[in-house]
Amino acid sequence: MDEKRTAWERLQLIHTKGRPTIKDYIPQIFTDWYEMHGDRLFGDDRAIIGGLARLDGEPVTIIAEVKGRDINENKVCNFAMPHPEGYRKALRIARQAEKFHRPIICFIDTPGAFCGVAAEERGQGEAIAKNIAEFMTLRTPIVSIVLGEGGSGGALALGVCDELAMLENAEYSVLSPRGFASILWKDASREQEASELMKITAEDMVRLGVAEAIIEEPLGGAHNDLDKISENIHEYLSQKIPEKCKKDIDVLLKERYTKFRKIGAFTE
Amino acid sequence: MFEDFFNVVKKRWGDGEEEYKPPMFKCPRCQGTSPLSKYEELHRVCPKCNYHGRLSSQERIAITVDKESFKELNANMRGADPLDFPDYKEKQAELRGSTGLSEAVITGTATIKGSPVVIGIMDSRFMMGSMGSIVGEKITRAFEYATEHKLPVIMFTASGGARMQEGIVSLMQMAKTSGAVKLHSEAGGLYISVMTDPTTGGVTASFASLGDIIIAEPKVLIGFAGRRVIEGTIKQRLPEDFQLAEFMYDKGFVDMIVERRKLRSVLSHLLKLHGFYPKEA
Repeated sequence: MDEKRTAWERLQLIHTKGRPTIKDYIPQIFTDWYEMHGDRLFGDDRAIIGGLARLDGEPVTIIAEVKGRDINENKVCNFAMPHPEGYRKALRIARQAEKFHRPIICFIDTPGAFCGVAAEERGQGEAIAKNIAEFMTLRTPIVSIVLGEGGSGGALALGVCDELAMLENAEYSVLSPRGFASILWKDASREQEASELMKITAEDMVRLGVAEAIIEEPLGGAHNDLDKISENIHEYLSQKIPEKCKKDIDVLLKERYTKFRKIGAFTE
Repeated sequence: MFEDFFNVVKKRWGDGEEEYKPPMFKCPRCQGTSPLSKYEELHRVCPKCNYHGRLSSQERIAITVDKESFKELNANMRGADPLDFPDYKEKQAELRGSTGLSEAVITGTATIKGSPVVIGIMDSRFMMGSMGSIVGEKITRAFEYATEHKLPVIMFTASGGARMQEGIVSLMQMAKTSGAVKLHSEAGGLYISVMTDPTTGGVTASFASLGDIIIAEPKVLIGFAGRRVIEGTIKQRLPEDFQLAEFMYDKGFVDMIVERRKLRSVLSHLLKLHGFYPKEA
């Protein structure tokens, strides 16, 4: 593990070209990967992929936001900014996992849900709301990992889970620091200042009860050693998935609800 | 400065030459102006285009529930400052003073034409109705109370979205409230969401969109992303009716658009249709 970087330094790091994406991780961590397509309602959003694979020989369901590794890939996956049909595909695949008693592993890596005309017309708000509500009571274990960016509701739509892990340099935030500065101070150029005030690092998430684990990155960041970071993620999942699968599902659901239920600060 | 004051006085009372001008309401939808008294007489509905303006939570209670039936739940909760965000505590205290509100939502029990309900009303005067810990907690508790007492829930939503000063803690309120809605729903509870101006961002992307029945008031703003953000993305101006209640209705995300003067009666009918009749005296 590196010496602690500031939030701003981590933001630069996760935007480094060559930072691994889900497409790099799947062949490293899983076997028998079969991707499923479409929400059965409108279309197939390439910003979210989902399907079946094996983890240590056992079937699992994978749902992940996809960053492109170059401009061509990014054109296809819309820079990992899903439309409503992406979230609806995720929910369809999650329900299948529930039906066939497979644990779900979600990989979060998005600047946020896409902001556009078509996204509004097809109910971006409703799609996210529904995923959040439905994931809360899905009767199968869910483990989520933030790989890089965890942007807003677009991340939370895959973030209702039994346990959340952050890669060491990943961030999770209510809005990009740039958007935050522009809303709060009407000055997007103050994004660095915003990034430090917003409390968006892996350690912040553990302290605030949002995440339970931090997955260590190789020296200099995940892009420096794909084998090593994949091994670390694999090791985490190999421990967590069986642990969650062993639990009585009703206990697990109560704990899932409580995990989110207790986040907040107030007096009375 | 004294000169300014003098001018104001002259304008108000006139100097014999100017006639008295009543205060006017300028509609944010049709840009038309009408006497403020007329707008207020219609409970803040634009006389020209039927835009349903923003009500305070007290005004909403007064026109929705039976007289003196409202009993507030969790009235003593006060906001904290989970991220030690600069000036946030001061801002909350200042708003409590100037608005008389404790936070951006008020929740409680009431009756509507005798039918019992748990009701929540967001108030856009408190930090644009944004959802921080208090909003999340009060709404969650309202649903939990309703689940426990087998009561229906009516939520009047009005929000700019997340409470920036609470960062990720604000985002997590979406999960908390939606989870409570889901448990209420699984227990067979009825939830009617009434979208008022404006219902946007994280509130649209959580409990506001999860009603068994979703009602909107005419011409109110409903959406996920802000208009300016989308215009920035697509680099062109959006049509005027984009993200209005009628647009969302056409796209299939709103069950009915109901005028304010009919809302109490519609809610009463819907409650009775689900078996919530007035208690026998």
